[in-house]
Amino acid sequence: MMKRLVPRPLLTFTILVLWLMLASDISVGQVLLGTAIGLVIPIVTAPFWPERLRIVRPLVGIRLFLVLLYDIVVANLRVARLVLGPTDKLRSQFVEVPLDIDDRFVAVLLGSVVALTPGTVSIDIDRTRRALLVHALDLDDPDELVRLIKTRYEVPLKETFGC
Amino acid sequence: MLVELITSALVLIGATFALLGSIGLARLPDFFSRLHGPTKATTLGVGSVVLASLVHVSANEPGLGVRELATMVFLFITAPVSAHMLAKAALGERRRREAEEKAEE
Repeated sequence: MMKRLVPRPLLTFTILVLWLMLASDISVGQVLLGTAIGLVIPIVTAPFWPERLRIVRPLVGIRLFLVLLYDIVVANLRVARLVLGPTDKLRSQFVEVPLDIDDRFVAVLLGSVVALTPGTVSIDIDRTRRALLVHALDLDDPDELVRLIKTRYEVPLKETFGC
Repeated sequence: MLVELITSALVLIGATFALLGSIGLARLPDFFSRLHGPTKATTLGVGSVVLASLVHVSANEPGLGVRELATMVFLFITAPVSAHMLAKAALGERRRREAEEKAEE
């Protein structure tokens, strides 16, 4: 019964917190409204959600998040220089990164991480060939980028969700 | 005073990166390279502006500027998705064109 009414407690809780953040006002009315929305949205959007995921090692996830913030800043500065420099000398190219992730949602997370770090944009996740197609703005060694994405982002992501 | 300094610095940093993102969009040679510009503008550019707003609100109004944090969360979720959709559409278009050219030969 409980499970039918609240299929995703964590999602319900996240929506409630987000609602209160946006309302900037923690009153009984807002909490009730937020809870109601948090209960309805997971049920309505159920068909869009992939298999249930569990965070197995939250510390690894937090560490990955900090690494990501640092990378965003550093890579931004690097790309800023590229953009202002001579653009015809850029060695932009497509790189295919083989994936070791089975879970669809985690693969999408990896794609988003790659897109957020400037200098790389994820183009396509090929599920049949199990590869992430990435476009890099300026690159001399594709293998180096593949190695970087795998060790820096993919491995911690897999550890966080235990898959 | 210190709060104002920090706020101004963050706004300036944000504006600089938003400008750099736009310059990238204008200067880079092809569609896929151009995608790199806007992704930058949203991450560091808007990120800094939102952070500036957070500092300002937290210092001048009661309570923490948590609304800004929510803005940042939404931005970081939606930016990769839109870039990805654009890239995917462009890739599909390119493949279709290549297939057509092959068929004509």
